[in-house]
Amino acid sequence: MKELIDKIIVEQLGHDPQTWPMAQGLYLVGMMLVGVLLTTFGAIFAGLLSWWERRIAARIQSRIGPNRVGPQGVLQFIADALKLILKEDLIPTDSDHILFRIAPYFVMTGFILTFVVLPFGYHLSATSMNVGLFYVVSITALVVVGILISGWASNSKWALFGGIRAAAQVVSYEIPAGMVILVPIIMAGSLNMHDIIRAQGGAPWDWFMFQTPWAYASFFIMFTALLAEGNRTPFDLPEAESEIVAGYNTEYSGMRFGYYFLAEWGNLWVMSAVLTTLFLGGWQVPFVSMAKLTAWEAAGHVPLWYYLASAAVFTLKVLVLVNIIVWIRWTFPRIRVDQMMNLCWKYLVPIGMGLVVLAAVTELLSYQLFGEAAKGQAKVGSIRDTLHFAFFLVAGLVPFAAFALKTRRNIYIVGDRVDLSNW
Amino acid sequence: MALDQLVMTKFGETAGEEMILNMGPQHPSTHGVINFVVHADGEVMKKAVPQVGYLHRAIEKIGEIVTYPGFMPYTDRIDYLAAMFANEGYALAVEKLLGLTVPPRAQYLRAISCELNRIASHLISLGSMAMDIGAVTPFPYALRERESINDLLEALCGARLTYNFHRIGGVGFDMPDDWTPLCRKWLDHFDRILDEWDRLISFNEIFVERLAGLAVIPLEMAINYGLVGPNLRASGIEFDLRKAHPYGAYPDFDFKIPFGKAYAGAYRGGVVGDCFDRFYVRVLECRESVSIVRQALDKFPPGEFMAPKVPRKIKPEAGEAQSRIEAARGEMAYYVVSDGGERAYRVRARTGSFLAMGIIEELSKGLMIADLVALIASLDVVAPEIDR
Repeated sequence: MKELIDKIIVEQLGHDPQTWPMAQGLYLVGMMLVGVLLTTFGAIFAGLLSWWERRIAARIQSRIGPNRVGPQGVLQFIADALKLILKEDLIPTDSDHILFRIAPYFVMTGFILTFVVLPFGYHLSATSMNVGLFYVVSITALVVVGILISGWASNSKWALFGGIRAAAQVVSYEIPAGMVILVPIIMAGSLNMHDIIRAQGGAPWDWFMFQTPWAYASFFIMFTALLAEGNRTPFDLPEAESEIVAGYNTEYSGMRFGYYFLAEWGNLWVMSAVLTTLFLGGWQVPFVSMAKLTAWEAAGHVPLWYYLASAAVFTLKVLVLVNIIVWIRWTFPRIRVDQMMNLCWKYLVPIGMGLVVLAAVTELLSYQLFGEAAKGQAKVGSIRDTLHFAFFLVAGLVPFAAFALKTRRNIYIVGDRVDLSNW
Repeated sequence: MALDQLVMTKFGETAGEEMILNMGPQHPSTHGVINFVVHADGEVMKKAVPQVGYLHRAIEKIGEIVTYPGFMPYTDRIDYLAAMFANEGYALAVEKLLGLTVPPRAQYLRAISCELNRIASHLISLGSMAMDIGAVTPFPYALRERESINDLLEALCGARLTYNFHRIGGVGFDMPDDWTPLCRKWLDHFDRILDEWDRLISFNEIFVERLAGLAVIPLEMAINYGLVGPNLRASGIEFDLRKAHPYGAYPDFDFKIPFGKAYAGAYRGGVVGDCFDRFYVRVLECRESVSIVRQALDKFPPGEFMAPKVPRKIKPEAGEAQSRIEAARGEMAYYVVSDGGERAYRVRARTGSFLAMGIIEELSKGLMIADLVALIASLDVVAPEIDR
C-alpha cells in the first residue's frame, strides 16, 4: 500500500515522499480508506454468507430458506442486521457491565485485523508483512479473549460454560495448527503470505498440498484445527444449543449479538484464505508459470488481466472451501468435550509434530539431491514435477472421484434427482 | 446467587466446587417442560435430578368427570406424538368392561393406524436425538417423513395429531377407498428413506462415538426400574406385548422383535443397553412396523368397522378392567373401574416415559452435561406422557 501511495506522490504530484510533509497525511488517508474497505468487505461477506449458508442448509434439509427479501432473498442479511440494530441492547443487571459491553469488540477486532495481511490476489493485500503468518496466528487469539470475557461477564452459567469451552478448545487447537503451519513455511522458506504463494504454482500438482504426503496430511490437520478455532461443527461446543442453550452469547441481544455472528461467518473467509494461501496455491493462475510472471515483473509491466484473474482464482478457491465448511456444518453431529480434547492432544499434536520433522527431512534431502532446483516450481518434465503429478493423481483425483461417485449413488438410491427448479 | 442458595438449601446439599444448574423447564433439549437439577463439577455431573409435574393436567381425574366415550379425545393429549396408542389402550379397557368383541376389520384398522403412528413417533424420537447430538439435518428429514404419515392418517381419520380415531367397539371411520395404494406407495418410499437414514446419521462415526457405551442400562437394572418398550428391549430382552400378550390383530402378523445387541460394535466400546442400542432399536422397529402395515394391507378383511351392539349410552356393569398395549414409548396400561354409572369411577394410565424418568438420576452419575442430553433423548421421554 505504501509503495502505491509513494508512486502516486512521485508520479502524479511530483514530490519526494521522503521530504514532502503532506506525505504522512496521504499515508493516513490511504490507511483509513483501506481500513474502511476491508471492514466493509468483511461485514458484507459475513452477511452474504449468512444468507448463503441458510440457503444451502435449507436445500440440504429439503426446505426453501430465506427467499423473500430481494432477489432470491439475497438482501436478507440487511433486514436481519436492521432488526438487530433496532432491538434493545439488553444488559443483564447482574453482569459485569463494562466487560459485557466490550467483549464483542474484542471478537470483531480479532477478526477484522486479520485482513491486514490476507492476500486477495496478485499484489492485492493491505500489507505484505514479512511475518504475515505469524501475525495471523497471533491476532486471531484476540477472538478467544472476547469470547472468554463474554462468558464471564454475562453472569450466566450457560455463558460461563460456553466461554470456558471456547477457551479450552481454541487454545488447544492453536497448537496443532501452529505446528502444521510450519510445513508450508519450511517448503516455502518464508512467513510472508505472498512469498508462500509464489513458491507454489497454478496447476494443482504444484500446490503445496499435493507436493508431499506430509503437506497433504498437514492440510487436513490444519482444516480440522481451523474448524475448531472457528467454533464450527463438529467443534461448535462453545455454542452447542442443545446442551448449553446458546453458549457464550446466551445473554446477548441486538447488535452486540450480531457482532458475534458477523465475526463467526467472516472468520470462514479468514480460515479459507489462510488454507488457500498455505496449501492450495493461493492466487496462482493456472497456465501462467512463475517464470513468466517473473519475466513480466522484470520488464516492469504485469498485465491488468493477471491482477483480475489472480483475484478471481483466489476468491474461487476460498469460496469452494467455505462451501465445504458449510456442508460439514449441516451434515455432522457435534463431538463431546473430552473427545475434542482427545482428538487434539492425542492425535493432532503428535501427528503434526511428526509431519514437521518429516517435512524438514524431505526438504533437506531434496535440496541435497536437486540442489537449487528443489526450490520454487518444478520444471515441466523434471523428476520433481513427475513425482508431484503422480501424487496428485493418487491423493487428489482418486478420493475426489470416489466422493463424487458415492454422492451420486446416495442421491439416486433414494429416488432423488439433482433438481434446482425449486431453488 | 440468591437463587443458588435457595436451590441448595432446598436439596440440602452444599459442596465446595459443585455447581447447581437448573436445566429446564425452558431448555432447548429437555423434550418438553421438564426440569433437571444438575449437580455439576465443571462439565462432569455428580447427578441430575429430574423434576416432573410441570405439565400435569389431571387427565386421569377428567376421566372420572366425563362419560366413557367422552374421555377418548382426552386420551389423545396423554401422548400427542403417539395418540393412537392412548386411544387404543383406553378403548380396549372399556371394551373389556363391556364384554364387546371388536370386528376384525376394525382391529386391522387399529393395527395399521397404530403402526403408522409408531413410525411417526419414533421418527420424532430419532430426529430429535440426532439434533441433541448436534446434527441438525436429520431432524427435518424425519419431520418430512412424519409429515407424510400425518397426511396418511389425516386421510384415514381427519386429524393429524390428536386423532380420536379408535372408538369403544371399533374405529371412527372406515378406510377410504383409495387409501391403500397411497399407503403402499409411501411404505415403498420409506424403505429407501430408512436406508438413507442409516447412511446419514445412524452409522456416522461421530454419532456412534458419542453414543457407544454411554449410559449403559444392564438388563437387571432396566427390570428393577420398570423400564418398558424400546428402552427395555435395548437392554437385551425380547419382550414385546404384541408377541408376549397378543391383542387385536397382532397374532395375524409375522414380525421380529428388535432388541439390544451392542449395535455400535464392540471395537467402538458398544455395550448392550447403551444409548446407541436404544437409538438403533427404534430404527429397526420402524422397519418392523413397515412390514406389519404391509401385511395388514395384504390381509385386510371385509366387514364392519364398528361392533354392531355398542350401546348409545355406555354404562358398563360395576367392575374393573385393565388393558396393556405396546405403545411407541413402551407398555401403556389402562386401569378402568366402573361403578355401574355413565362415568368411570377411576381411570388410571401407566405410561412409559414416567418410568423412564426414574432411571435418569441413577444413570447420570459421572456423565457429562452433553451426555445428559443424549440420555434424555435416548430414553425418548415426552413431557405430557410423564405428567398426564
